[in-house]
Amino acid sequence: MSIETIFETMDYGTAPEDSSEALNWITGQGGAVGSFIAGGWSKKRSDMLVNNPATGEKLADMTIATPGEVKAAVRAARKAQPDWAALGGPARARVLYAIARLMQKNARLLAVMETLDNGKPIRESRDIDIPLAIRHFYHHAGHAQLMPSALKDRIPLGVCGQIIPWNFPLLMLAWKIAPALAMGNTVVLKPAEFTPMTAMVFADICVKAGVPAGVVNIVTGDGTTGEALVAADVDKIAFTGSTDVGRIIQNATATSAKSLTLELGGKSPYIVFDDADIDSAIEGLVDAIWFNQGQVCCAGSRLLVHEAIANDFHTRLKARMDKLRIGNPLDKSIDVGAIVDPIQLAQIKKMVSENTAGETYHAQTPVPEGCFYPPTLITGLYAADTLMQEEIFGPVLVSTTFRTPSEAIEIANNTRYGLAATLWTENINLALDIAPKLAAGVVWVNATNLFDAAAGFGGVRESGFGREGGWEGLQAYTKPSQTRTILPDIVPFPGSGASQDAVDRTAKMYVGGKQVRPDGGYSQEIFDPTGQFLGHAPVANRKDVRNAVQAQSGCKWGNTTGHLRAQILYYIAENLSVRASEFANRIDQLMGGDSGAQEVEDAIDILFSYAAWADKLEGRAKSVPIRGVALAMREPIGRIAALCPDETPLLGMVAPMAAALSAGNTITLCVSQTFPLVATDFYHILETSDVPAGAVNILTGPQKDLAPHLGAHMDIESVWCLSSAKITFMVKEKASSNVKRCWQGALLDDHQSWLDAATEIKTIWIPYGE
Amino acid sequence: MQTNTMEKLLTEITNLPQTSEPRNAGIKLDLDWALSAQANTSAIERRCASLPARRSVKKSHQAAWLARALTCIDLTTLSGDDTAGRVRRLCAKAMQPARQDILDRIGLPDITTGAVCVYHDMVTTAVSTLKGSGIPVAAVSTGFPAGLSPLHLRIQEIQESVKAGASEIDIVISRRHVLTQNWHALYDEMVAFRLECGDAHVKAILATGELGSLRNVARASMICMMAGADFIKTSTGKESVNATLPVTLVMLRAIREYYNRTGYRVGYKPAGGISKAKDAITYLVLVKEELGDRWLRPDLFRFGASSLLGDIERQLEHHLTGAYSANHRHPIG
Repeated sequence: MSIETIFETMDYGTAPEDSSEALNWITGQGGAVGSFIAGGWSKKRSDMLVNNPATGEKLADMTIATPGEVKAAVRAARKAQPDWAALGGPARARVLYAIARLMQKNARLLAVMETLDNGKPIRESRDIDIPLAIRHFYHHAGHAQLMPSALKDRIPLGVCGQIIPWNFPLLMLAWKIAPALAMGNTVVLKPAEFTPMTAMVFADICVKAGVPAGVVNIVTGDGTTGEALVAADVDKIAFTGSTDVGRIIQNATATSAKSLTLELGGKSPYIVFDDADIDSAIEGLVDAIWFNQGQVCCAGSRLLVHEAIANDFHTRLKARMDKLRIGNPLDKSIDVGAIVDPIQLAQIKKMVSENTAGETYHAQTPVPEGCFYPPTLITGLYAADTLMQEEIFGPVLVSTTFRTPSEAIEIANNTRYGLAATLWTENINLALDIAPKLAAGVVWVNATNLFDAAAGFGGVRESGFGREGGWEGLQAYTKPSQTRTILPDIVPFPGSGASQDAVDRTAKMYVGGKQVRPDGGYSQEIFDPTGQFLGHAPVANRKDVRNAVQAQSGCKWGNTTGHLRAQILYYIAENLSVRASEFANRIDQLMGGDSGAQEVEDAIDILFSYAAWADKLEGRAKSVPIRGVALAMREPIGRIAALCPDETPLLGMVAPMAAALSAGNTITLCVSQTFPLVATDFYHILETSDVPAGAVNILTGPQKDLAPHLGAHMDIESVWCLSSAKITFMVKEKASSNVKRCWQGALLDDHQSWLDAATEIKTIWIPYGE
Repeated sequence: MQTNTMEKLLTEITNLPQTSEPRNAGIKLDLDWALSAQANTSAIERRCASLPARRSVKKSHQAAWLARALTCIDLTTLSGDDTAGRVRRLCAKAMQPARQDILDRIGLPDITTGAVCVYHDMVTTAVSTLKGSGIPVAAVSTGFPAGLSPLHLRIQEIQESVKAGASEIDIVISRRHVLTQNWHALYDEMVAFRLECGDAHVKAILATGELGSLRNVARASMICMMAGADFIKTSTGKESVNATLPVTLVMLRAIREYYNRTGYRVGYKPAGGISKAKDAITYLVLVKEELGDRWLRPDLFRFGASSLLGDIERQLEHHLTGAYSANHRHPIG
C-alpha cells in the first residue's frame, strides 16, 4: 500500500514480531520436547503434537511422560532435596537470582515462544507474563535470603509436585517453582499439554543458572502424566487449573498425607457503581475479560453495573469492543489473539450458543478464520442464568444490574467461586466498605488484574485454597519445624451400673446457643476407667451437623470487633477458672489419673492467649510496584468444624474453639468421643460468658458417623481434623464437594499456625492518585 | 479589480480552516452534566502507559502517519524576541515543511503544516507571507499565556487579531474560574470569546498543568465545549507541565461524550512538550482509538509544536534511505 493511500486511510498495517529465534530454538531441540529430569533431557518421543493455535501449524513433537518417567523425576527430586535444603537460604538466593537474570536476558525468546505456543498477544507475553515471571524469581530470591532470619521456625516440605495450566504457562511455572525452591524444596513440574514450550526454555535456563541436578524436574504430558504425578511419592501437590480437575486431585490425595494447594476457577464479579469513572471502568474491562482472550481464572467475567447507568455503560462498552483488534498474536497491534486450542474454542462456542437468555453482542471487528472468537457481551442476564454461574473461560462477558450496594454484594457473592472481584467507584467510603464484604481472595479497587510477586493471590470457596506470592505464599511451601503427633483414639472404657447422681442428669449438646437433645434420640453410656457409670452422652447424627452449621450461618461473630472477641474469650476463661476444680475432677474422673487440674490451667491459659491475639491479627500493606497499596487483610475462614482429639478432652476442644473465635470464625466442635462429658459440662460456661448463639456448637457421639457429613457439607469452609488419621481420611474423602480446607492442627503453643488456619489472606489493591 | 477581489476572496476562503463539519454552536450550560465528569487518575495513567505498547505503526505506515502528523502541526513561535524575519522564516517552513525530494518520494509533494501560530503582533506578517498557501494563521490571544489582563482588553485582542487576518484564535481560559469552581464565569467568558471570534475558529487553552486535577480538566473541557469552543487545547507551552497523555485521554473522552450527546465534533490540540516523532504517533493512536479516524485530520486535530517537525523530517528520511538522518540535512524553520 502506498504512503499516499495510508495517509488517507490511517490504517495501522501489520507489525509482526519476528519468531525465527524461537523457531530456531525448537529446531535446536530436535523439533521435539520432553521431560527434563535430574538435570538432563530424557529421551524425546512424538506422543502428541504441540501446535501454534493462531496458525494451526505444528510447533514441536511432545513426549507424554510415562508413570515410570514421572517416578524417575520424583526420585531425582527426592535425592536432590536434602542437599538443596542444606545449601541454605543465601546460597539458594544466588541460584534464584541467576535464574531471574537469565530469564531477563532471554526475555524476548520467552515472550515469542509463549505467544507461539499459547496464542496470546505478544504485547501481553512481552509486557505482562514474562516480566511478572522474572519479578517472581527476584522476589523469591529475597525470600530465600531471608528465610534463615525471618522464617526460623519453618522448614521445607520436601518434594513438590506441581501441575500448571495453559493460560499463563511461564508465569504459573514461576509462581510454582520460585517459592518452592526458595524454601528449600525440590520440584517436579508438569506444564499443560497445550503449552509446554516455555517450560522447556526454562529448563535450559536452570542448567545455565547452576540449579543442581534434580532440584527442578519437568515432565511433559497430558492428564495421565498429571495423574501419575499426583499419585507419586511427593510431599505436596500444587495445582492451578479447573475446579473439576482440582476436585479430582483433592479426592486422589485424600488418603495421603500430601499437602495440597489449589488455585481453581472463578466467575469473578466486576462491579461498577454509578459514581465511577465510566470510561476507565470500561477500559478496565478490556484488561479484565479481553486479557488473554478471557482465558484467565480471575477474569472479571460477570459485570454488575448500577441500573441507573447500565444503558449508557453498555452503549459505551460496545463502542469500545468494536475497537478491539483480533488476529495474529505476534502482531504488536493486536488486542485479542487466538484461543489456546480448537477444543477450548468449541467449548466457548457451545456455551454461548446454548444460552438463550439476554442479548448477545459480538464486537463489530474483523475476526480471522481459525482459532479465534470475537469479544462478546451478553447483557440482560440474571443470577439464575447459567452463564452467570458457569465459567466460560473465553472472551465472553455477561452482565446484570443492581440497585444498591448491598444488592451488589449479594449478587457478587451469589456464586460457588471466590477468586477475585473488581469494584469501581470514586467514593472511598463505598470502596472500603464493599471490598471486605466480597467473597474473593483478591479485590481490585478501580483497577483489575493487577499482580505482583509480593502480593498474595488465591481464592476462597470453590476457587481453591492456598496463596501464591508474598509472605503468605511461603506457607504453602513450608511447614512448622515441630509438628503435632497425632495420637491414636483412646478406646472407651467398658463398664456397667447405675448413676451415682442424686438426681439423674441429662447431658445435652449445644447448638445455636441452646441445649439440645440429639436428633436421633440415642445416647451412649460413659464409664470411668474402673467401669463405674458416669453418665449418658448424646449421639449426634447428620441432622445435628446440619443444625449446628445452620446456627453458625446465622451468627454474625465475624462482624464483631477484635476487642469484643477478646472480652468474650477472657470471660470464658474467667468462668472456667471459677469452676476449675469441678472440671479438673471431671477430667480425672473420666480419664483416671490426676492431670485434670493442669489441663484446666492450660485451657485457661490458651483462652487468654487467643483473647490476646483477637485484636492483634494484623494484615500487611504490601510493597507493590504501583502508586497505591495492596492490603493483605486477614479474614476469618468462616464456618469451621473441628473433630477434637481424646488425649486432652478439655484442652482439645478449647484450643480450636479459642483459635477459631479469636479470628472471627464460628465453630462446631465434635468433641472427644471417648470423654464427652467434659464438653457437656462446658456449655454451661459458654452460656454464662456472652458467647453469641451459634458461634460455638458442641456435638457429641462417634466421630466416624459425623466425619463424612462434615467433609461433605457445602457450607463448612474448613474442617480441622485433630483426632485420628482414620477420621481425617473420612473427612478428606468428601471434602472436594466444596473444595474444603482440611487442616490437621499444630502444636498448641504454635499460635501462629492455628491463626493461619483460622484466617485467609484477602489482597485488596487500591491504586490512588488525583 | 474584479479578478483581484476574487483572488482575495479565494485566498480568504482557503485560509479558513478546511472543514466539512458543522461548527460547534455550543449549548446551554448544563452543569449537572459537566460536573458529573469523573476522572480516575490511576486508571487513566494505566491506559496511557499501556497504549504505546498496544499499537505499533511500522514502515510505510509509519511514514504515512508521520506525514499526517506533519499536516496537523501548528508550527509555532511564541517568543519575546520574535521578529518579522523570524516569522517569515517559520512561514516558509510551514509551506515547505520538508525537503521537496523527501515529500516527492513519499508521494505527498504538496503537504504543508496545519497552521502557523504566532502572537498578535506577528499576525499581519504571517498572513501576508502565507498568502495563497492555504495555511491558516493562528493567533494566541486573550492575554496569553496567563489570561489575567482586563476582560475587555482580552476581548479586544481577539477582535484585533481577527481583523489582522488570523483565522484561528487560541484563547486562554481563566484558570481561577476553574480553581474557584466559578463555572458560570468560565462559561460566560468562553461564550464572549467565541462571539468575538466571528468566523475565526476558537481554540480554548485550558492550561491543564494549572488546573490541579484531571477531574477539573474534564469539567473545564466540557464547559468550554458547551460555550462553543471549536477546539480544546491543553497548554500554552508556558506552564511547567504541558501536554501529557493522561490529560489528552481525559480531554478526548470529554470530546467523545460531547459529540455523542450533541453531534458536534470538537477538535483537540495538545501543545507543549511533544518533540519526538514517536510521541506524535502515540498521540495519533490515542486519538484514533478514543475518537476515531475522522479526528485524524487537521480540521479536528493539531499539534502545538515547534521542534516536532525536525524529528519527523529525520524519520521520513530514515524511512526512505534506511539510514539514520542528521539535523543539518533538514532546513530549519
